[in-house]
Amino acid sequence: MITRRAFLAAAGAAAAAPATLHATPEAMNEAIRALTAGAAAPRGRVKLEVPELIENGNSVVLGVTVESPMTEADHVRAIHVLAPLNPLPNMISVYLGPRAGRARFTTRVRVANSQTLVALAQLSDGSFWSDQVSVVVTLAACAEEVK
Amino acid sequence: MARAIVKVPARARRGEIIELRAIVAHVMETGFRRTETGALVPRDIIRRMVCSYNGVEVFRADFHPAVAANPLIVFTTLAAESGRIEFRWTGDNGFDAAESAPIAVE
Amino acid sequence: MIPRAAALLLLAAVAACAAPPDGRRSGYEFMGPGTRAMQDDDATNPAMLWVLDGEALWRAGAGDSGRACADCHGDAAASMKGVAARFPAYDASRKKLIDLDQRINLCRTGRQQAPALAPESRELLALSAYIGRQSRGMPIDIAVPSEAQPLLEAGRAAFRRRQGQLNLACTQCHDRLAGEKLAGNPIPQAHPTGYPIYRLEWQGLGSLQRRLRNCMIGVRAEPYAYGAPEYVELEYYLMWRARGMKLETPAVRP
Repeated sequence: MITRRAFLAAAGAAAAAPATLHATPEAMNEAIRALTAGAAAPRGRVKLEVPELIENGNSVVLGVTVESPMTEADHVRAIHVLAPLNPLPNMISVYLGPRAGRARFTTRVRVANSQTLVALAQLSDGSFWSDQVSVVVTLAACAEEVK
Repeated sequence: MARAIVKVPARARRGEIIELRAIVAHVMETGFRRTETGALVPRDIIRRMVCSYNGVEVFRADFHPAVAANPLIVFTTLAAESGRIEFRWTGDNGFDAAESAPIAVE
Repeated sequence: MIPRAAALLLLAAVAACAAPPDGRRSGYEFMGPGTRAMQDDDATNPAMLWVLDGEALWRAGAGDSGRACADCHGDAAASMKGVAARFPAYDASRKKLIDLDQRINLCRTGRQQAPALAPESRELLALSAYIGRQSRGMPIDIAVPSEAQPLLEAGRAAFRRRQGQLNLACTQCHDRLAGEKLAGNPIPQAHPTGYPIYRLEWQGLGSLQRRLRNCMIGVRAEPYAYGAPEYVELEYYLMWRARGMKLETPAVRP
């Protein structure tokens, strides 16, 4: 039997918690730095595909393609996707090699807020390239909880 | 209970780029949700997916809570030889699921 | 501005889609291309995880009888073809309107001597998805014998009745305002063409009853308990309203 005091304490805690959590800009920069060790990641070679208008942030189809011959000498080692306004900036990282044939993958992710998603590609020569897409997240009406 | 569905072409030409798809059943609990009384629902996610071709890793993915429930991944590999392509997912609370499919390469 | 341009594009895309001459459109047509692609390909439709479970349950012996669905019904692809498209149905022997989930449980308890499957349980959803899958592509075909007419009327009345703190009736959004936007998303016409659905909002599979409960919560009404006859009557009316439209089970919806 939950006591009135315990219920009020819990309700108070819930009310005090932020409605949505964001990563801070520092957290985003730190996440990028952890991946690139501070190297530049200019726009180019990477194509981040995600719908600009998202009908439900719980499951968004996201694809990244990187131009690369994918040979032993010149290939993509890793692709990272980040969301600066999600509670955690890192979304997914994939690791490939010449056996991939193509530097390309598709997945489904959660996008917490309208924001600019970032894709980073690490090439076999150590260089980094990137792409960005700004997305708008809409809400599903008539859900289970009162939002 | 069905843990995963994978799609691997049954046959391919040597050196052909083939598309692989895998979807695994998992709630991917982010660790940010709260119950009605405010208690945090603990994180419970898949952390890693590894795709091996006759035992050799050809693709790997690290998942974070931002990956949607029942994670889907689609990627490519070169049809190198006949054998088996295996997908293995590991994660929190000892989650360990695997699914594989045969491939005939001529 | 990105949102307005995208919204206009979405409306244009929806308008460009072929619609039956009577103007009825499945929720599928109100979705973006990414979500539609998720539904169209069995290898990417998360609902298929439940369909596979359903196939396993179909073949598994259950309860005191040890009988599997397959023992009486054989190959589901043959015996269940068209079945989901005909539910809810009026059971003349029981003098009761029943939906597919209730029909599954009648078999479980009556024929298999197994306990009923709980509403929204993975097993019940899996069987419902597996059975529904066998009717994919078939037109919804709801019979209304004279004894069931009052039940259809009760469902129609529920669809038209204002309820909840927001004092809204289903018809206000889903008949009059369908195609307009609510919270950035187009309001669909509320045809249950794909249940059970993988709803992105749930990140899982759920029944029409679950969705109706969400609607009631949406208008700040107290939802009925699972299995309430009010739901079955409303499902009956909704499926009848969608008669002739193709079943897409298991569908994906936002």
